[in-house]
Amino acid sequence: MTTATTSKLLFTDAEWDFASLDRAYKAIEEIALGDLKLDVYPNQVEVISSEQMLDAYSSLGMPLMYHHWSFGKLFAREDTMYRAGHSALAYEIVINSSPCISYLLEENTMTMQALVMAHAAFGHNHFFKNNYLFRQWTNAEGILDYLAFAKHYIAACEERYGRDDVEAVLDAAHALMDQGVFRYRRPPKPSRERVMEKRRRRAAYEEEAFNDLWRTLPAGVETLAAPVIPEDEDAFDGDMKLPEENLLYFLEKHSPTLRAWQRELLRIVRNLAQYFYPQRQTKVMNEGCATFVHHAIMNILFDRGLIGEGSLLEFLHSHTSVVFQPEFSDPRYGGINPYALGFAMMSDIRRIAEDPTQEDREWFPQFAGSGDWVGTLKDAWANYRDESFIEQFLSPKLMRDFRLFALFDKADEESYRVSAIHNEQGYRKIRSLLARQYDTGIADPNVQVVDANLKGDRTLFLEHRMHRGVPLHHATRELVTGHIERLWGYDVVLEEVAD
Amino acid sequence: MTYFIDRRLNPKGKSLGNRQRFLRRARAQIRDAVQKSLKDSAVADIGKERKIKISTKGTSEPRFRLDPKAAGEHDFVLPGNKEFMPGDEIKKPHSGEGQSRGKDAADYAEGEDDFEFAMSQDEVLDIFFEDLELPNLVRTTLKETPNKTWKRAGITTAGSPSQINLIRTMRNAQGRRLALHRPKLVDVKAMEELLDRLEREDPLSEETREKIVALKANLARAIAKRKWVGFIDPVDVRYNSYTEQPVPTSQAVMFCLMDVSGSMGEREKDLAKRFYMLLHLFLRRRYRKVDIVFVRHTHDAQEVDEQEFFYSRQSGGTIVSTALDKMLEIQRERYTTSDWNIYAAQASDGYTQSGDARRCVEMLNAEIMPLCQYYAYIEILDEREMEVFASEDSGAELWRAYRTVADVWPNFATKRISKPADIFPVFRELFKKAEAG
Repeated sequence: MTTATTSKLLFTDAEWDFASLDRAYKAIEEIALGDLKLDVYPNQVEVISSEQMLDAYSSLGMPLMYHHWSFGKLFAREDTMYRAGHSALAYEIVINSSPCISYLLEENTMTMQALVMAHAAFGHNHFFKNNYLFRQWTNAEGILDYLAFAKHYIAACEERYGRDDVEAVLDAAHALMDQGVFRYRRPPKPSRERVMEKRRRRAAYEEEAFNDLWRTLPAGVETLAAPVIPEDEDAFDGDMKLPEENLLYFLEKHSPTLRAWQRELLRIVRNLAQYFYPQRQTKVMNEGCATFVHHAIMNILFDRGLIGEGSLLEFLHSHTSVVFQPEFSDPRYGGINPYALGFAMMSDIRRIAEDPTQEDREWFPQFAGSGDWVGTLKDAWANYRDESFIEQFLSPKLMRDFRLFALFDKADEESYRVSAIHNEQGYRKIRSLLARQYDTGIADPNVQVVDANLKGDRTLFLEHRMHRGVPLHHATRELVTGHIERLWGYDVVLEEVAD
Repeated sequence: MTYFIDRRLNPKGKSLGNRQRFLRRARAQIRDAVQKSLKDSAVADIGKERKIKISTKGTSEPRFRLDPKAAGEHDFVLPGNKEFMPGDEIKKPHSGEGQSRGKDAADYAEGEDDFEFAMSQDEVLDIFFEDLELPNLVRTTLKETPNKTWKRAGITTAGSPSQINLIRTMRNAQGRRLALHRPKLVDVKAMEELLDRLEREDPLSEETREKIVALKANLARAIAKRKWVGFIDPVDVRYNSYTEQPVPTSQAVMFCLMDVSGSMGEREKDLAKRFYMLLHLFLRRRYRKVDIVFVRHTHDAQEVDEQEFFYSRQSGGTIVSTALDKMLEIQRERYTTSDWNIYAAQASDGYTQSGDARRCVEMLNAEIMPLCQYYAYIEILDEREMEVFASEDSGAELWRAYRTVADVWPNFATKRISKPADIFPVFRELFKKAEAG
């Protein structure tokens, strides 16, 4: 297996075909499951054209999605950027579902296809299947069915209640997506509309399956009467369990004015927000995991003589541009590149496990020099999110490599103050500040429902708990509050409260 | 188990529905933008795909977000330190957009920025010609229904072989075969094989002999039955049926009369051409059966084709009535009023040989206006003249003369244009959909 001969190459052409895709997939699978001991959902690899890639972009990467103008806007923007050559298309899109669907762009070369399969079908796939956030919050088996349900439901609503009314609810719900997630687990409860839907389907089935002949059967047929459920589908509960941080959930359950179908729309948007919430919390880890995996696999492929030097160079070229991190003063700087940080941290974990310095031994006594980098990484992938991962694993060496420094910013002062740099005194501070930066609990505004005056004028009271005195942006605050008023049906008061 | 699926042949344009919803949503902004962008484009470019820039008002997607610039304090970490030491002060960049926070600021501003995207010709024109129509388009004749269309009219038992409905036919055939217990081919084959085998047995026992006889009888019956009960019987066959239905059409002709004399400078001609280009696009798009007749005139009028009308140059004196003569001549020859709705649009700079204006008015009042559904006169002035002739009543000879026609005929409209920006409002005004009722 270790001696290289040209005949062992998986492919020699830049052009791909399905036979070489299959060969490459099998070789990659062997390495991923054997050497890296990854644990993945079954894979489904789909080849699509660039136009379809744009389509997929604009439906949030999902293979099916309900219709809404904001996706059209996204498409128009992406399409214009792409045609003007401002942005290249992603090489791949991968969906957290089981089977795990990865899209390959048809224009990719064979090397790129191999890279993408390693990246998406194994890297991302492993992360989706194993990370605790995804396991807890997303249902990979059910998401596509749910989206199909959502799409049909919303189309049916448009037909029955008019496009404008549906759009108004979706607009408002989209505005609250960031405030529409549960950060902590709580028991699910089927929505009224789901129950109604079940009943409707049953009634429809009975109608369809009705045949007067059954009556004549000697034994008779048991009657399929549905259990009677009280018809007060538009009523709302008395007990609201305040305060509530999930605004969409609150409005769905307690808005005095929404109809049953409108509640269901809120629920759909809320479920989507919840589905995407883990991805927002694990950007660095998710991309880092996928990048680390493809890097490892491609190198092993080369070591075993399965890909040629040309392919290796092409892969390295693409890889380096993916993990490129411009400095803050560079015009290309657009924040810390999650691919760069994630990949660097994971490679660093491997280095510390295999070949630690004295410093590493002091900082990471648990695994420095253990040699078991696969185990350490798999544990990290399974049990951390960006914030805790950085807090735990960012090493002084990396801080020096990235030349990280922290700035303190007070709104009414003329200048920033450098509060820490990559030196002995600054390591811990920088590490925890950077970790904080990835904490969605701090980065997202913390808006909660605190009271609702149901007996009186039905005013809804919201609070924004300011973190260190940072208020909401004024203009968008007014717009979003307007959306909440539309859903609540009465006045909404939003107050800023110091932490 | 891994599947490779080739999706490239799947239908494209999955997000077409979303795009339509977006265009509908941003309708008002897009309409303004389209008009602005059409205004500045060259004559030949009017009907092309173009980039549209709209403000995102109305299509903004607000979310709650923090505004650390307003108040409060926060920390952030950046890569690429070169010279800073703890405690250093760095001046905040002014005008809000710092190099370090530049991208973030741009992210924040998303939703308030202008937003540019490409629209196809169809989309542009759809929006542009929305709410426009030819006024008073009526069906002038009832006998004129040459267009017919075929419509589905269910299933019949008789028809031409090319119209066989295979699904219905095969379904009927299968039902009949089941009902009549037609022996299956496999059963017959099995019997034949069995018979063959039995006959080959060397010492034929009595039992076998009997079996063979019975089998032969069965086989003969089965084969016979297969013959009576055909696989497909004429009673099974069904045909798609179509009926012919007349499509009521109304025919219309648009006469485009343009002055190309020496007094019309390049600028005036360009304005006139733009107007007609728009008219041309509008008619082509909205009405499948509209004839367009191009007439240009100097001291003499001729009918020309589209190409020549829009792109060729000519010069000479000005006698407007020659164009009206030509129009009448063509109308008499080819477009009888009983069959055609007649429209005319005339563009001129308002100058004509003295005395000719009176002749024009006479012709219009006596002959042309009774024929026409609608007659639009567009006068092209330069901007100085526009100021001089600020009032509707004052103007050059032709304008004043035409005003008298407009007083008599409600379907005669006069408008003035002095700059490209006027064309679109005037065009919209001339072809505005009439209020219901």
